[in-house]
Amino acid sequence: MTKQLNVFVENRPGRLESVTQSLLESNINVRAFAMQDRGDYGLLKLIVDKPQEAYLALSEKNFACALKDTLAISVPDKPGNLHKLTTVLAENDINVIDAYGFVLEPDHQGICCLEIENLKETNAPQIVSEAGFEVLSAEELSDL
Amino acid sequence: MQVPFWDERIETASRGDLEALQLERLKKVVDSAFKTPFYKKRLAKAGMSSSDDIKSLEDLKKIPFTTKDDLRKSFPKGLLACDMDEVNRIHSSSGTTGIPTVIYFSGEDVDTWTDLVARCVVCTGASKKDVFQNMMTYGLFTGGLGLHYGAEKAGMTVIPVSSGNTLRQVQIMQDFQTSVVHATPSYMLHIRTVLDENDISLKQLNLQKAFIGAEPHSENVRKKIEELYNIDAYNSYGLSEMNGPGLAFECVHKAGMHFWEDGYIVEIVDPETDENLEDGEPGEVIVTNLIRHATPLMRYRTRDLASILPGQCECGRTHRRLSRIKGRTDDMLIINGVNVFPSQIEEVIMKIPEVGTNYQICLDKQGALDRLTVQVEIYSKMFTGSAGELENLRHRIVEKLKGTITIKPLVKLHEPGFLPVYEGKAKRVIDERPKDEQ
Ligand SMILES: [Zn+2]
Repeated sequence: MTKQLNVFVENRPGRLESVTQSLLESNINVRAFAMQDRGDYGLLKLIVDKPQEAYLALSEKNFACALKDTLAISVPDKPGNLHKLTTVLAENDINVIDAYGFVLEPDHQGICCLEIENLKETNAPQIVSEAGFEVLSAEELSDL
Repeated sequence: MQVPFWDERIETASRGDLEALQLERLKKVVDSAFKTPFYKKRLAKAGMSSSDDIKSLEDLKKIPFTTKDDLRKSFPKGLLACDMDEVNRIHSSSGTTGIPTVIYFSGEDVDTWTDLVARCVVCTGASKKDVFQNMMTYGLFTGGLGLHYGAEKAGMTVIPVSSGNTLRQVQIMQDFQTSVVHATPSYMLHIRTVLDENDISLKQLNLQKAFIGAEPHSENVRKKIEELYNIDAYNSYGLSEMNGPGLAFECVHKAGMHFWEDGYIVEIVDPETDENLEDGEPGEVIVTNLIRHATPLMRYRTRDLASILPGQCECGRTHRRLSRIKGRTDDMLIINGVNVFPSQIEEVIMKIPEVGTNYQICLDKQGALDRLTVQVEIYSKMFTGSAGELENLRHRIVEKLKGTITIKPLVKLHEPGFLPVYEGKAKRVIDERPKDEQ
């Protein structure tokens, strides 16, 4: 299962910088990130090349962080494909807690990262694959 | 569980014997008090002319209360009952107002105090087999020296390291395999995080007991300390005006602090009406020192709030027990007309595993109303990475606090390490309300 690193970050100047500083010191490459704003604080979500090392590096600096299972899905960059994906999820009663996406190659490939409620019980990876989407492995994601 | 007594005869004396001893000693202290300018005036005003006016312990109530302010106004020698040649030690505190208070000790006063502290140490099961690291501040503050002398008298190996410099404390704990420490509860919590940061495991230490005191704390803080270190933590109570530590201490049963009734008379009064209260009822702790003659102090208003626990302790000591200190009459906060003790807030916070050990209470004004903000840190080991759970957590803290103090606070979640740490007494309350409006 692919891993995403969630970091509790206060909404103050310099906090993001201290996260990236720690990642830099451990030579970690950030593939994608998203920030979920919660007012006084935010949740920084990171896709990195070495999730476990990134987790240890931040924990050592006393950050509150956690590795979460995420579903990284390759979605062809064509109109209607995102809709097709969400339809499959809806038909199978799968709930998405959090999602973000990015285009990897315009008109060709996009990546959709999904945090799924009770992922382990949903059989979501298989359902998504059967609908014709490619679910990326941890290695594929870090090799992007 | 039975541990040896330090002075079995006196520690297990019958109520009748204790009260007879109290009366005899009280009369002597009144004699000493008449030698001081302060009490000469104060006692005369109350219609007393000598210790003959004390015929029973009931007559204690003839003696007016003495306050901290009385001590300040009597500085430097208004409460000195003997010649300076007889004085062996001085302890003084500057206080926040800048006017100092002073307590003089004769050689005998130091000895009797030390003996009571030795009694405290022994009733926790500590002995000459223990290595005792005293992390309480030495100097004019009584916390360090008081325990130092008592522990030494009880035969322990005493390391007089004083407070501060946490890395050095931890090094000494390893080097000498310290088995007992004495510190403030907040410092104990701080040291634990330093151990973690430096990858020092509990196995590298030999810690078994902690004596904690000098700041009010909740039962949950004690439990947290016991769990974090896998040790026994014993509450200690004392105040510099009453010698210092050794006034009351928990025995192995950890069911309230025995106060040594041959050394001190403890009363509990309603802080508003000054009426004496029954055992079990909470109120202000009033103490009369029966064993110090260079600076006699009678019916001293400690401003600490506690109750006397009814019933007998299983350890066999007949001296009654004081509940934990629930707060101070002067650190009670009035928030939009409601009385709130910081200890109530602490108790709620410490029960929630997802928050760390450090917290801060902030007060300011929002329009005409007081606003209470409680700042806590996320406990990194319990963090799940879910935004929903964080919001749940914040909501849960708000609701729990509201249930306890009836006021709905703002709760702010912070990163671990955001709030300031204190090596001595923690400053938990930041009150930014304009003074004249309080
Ligand atoms: Zn006992």
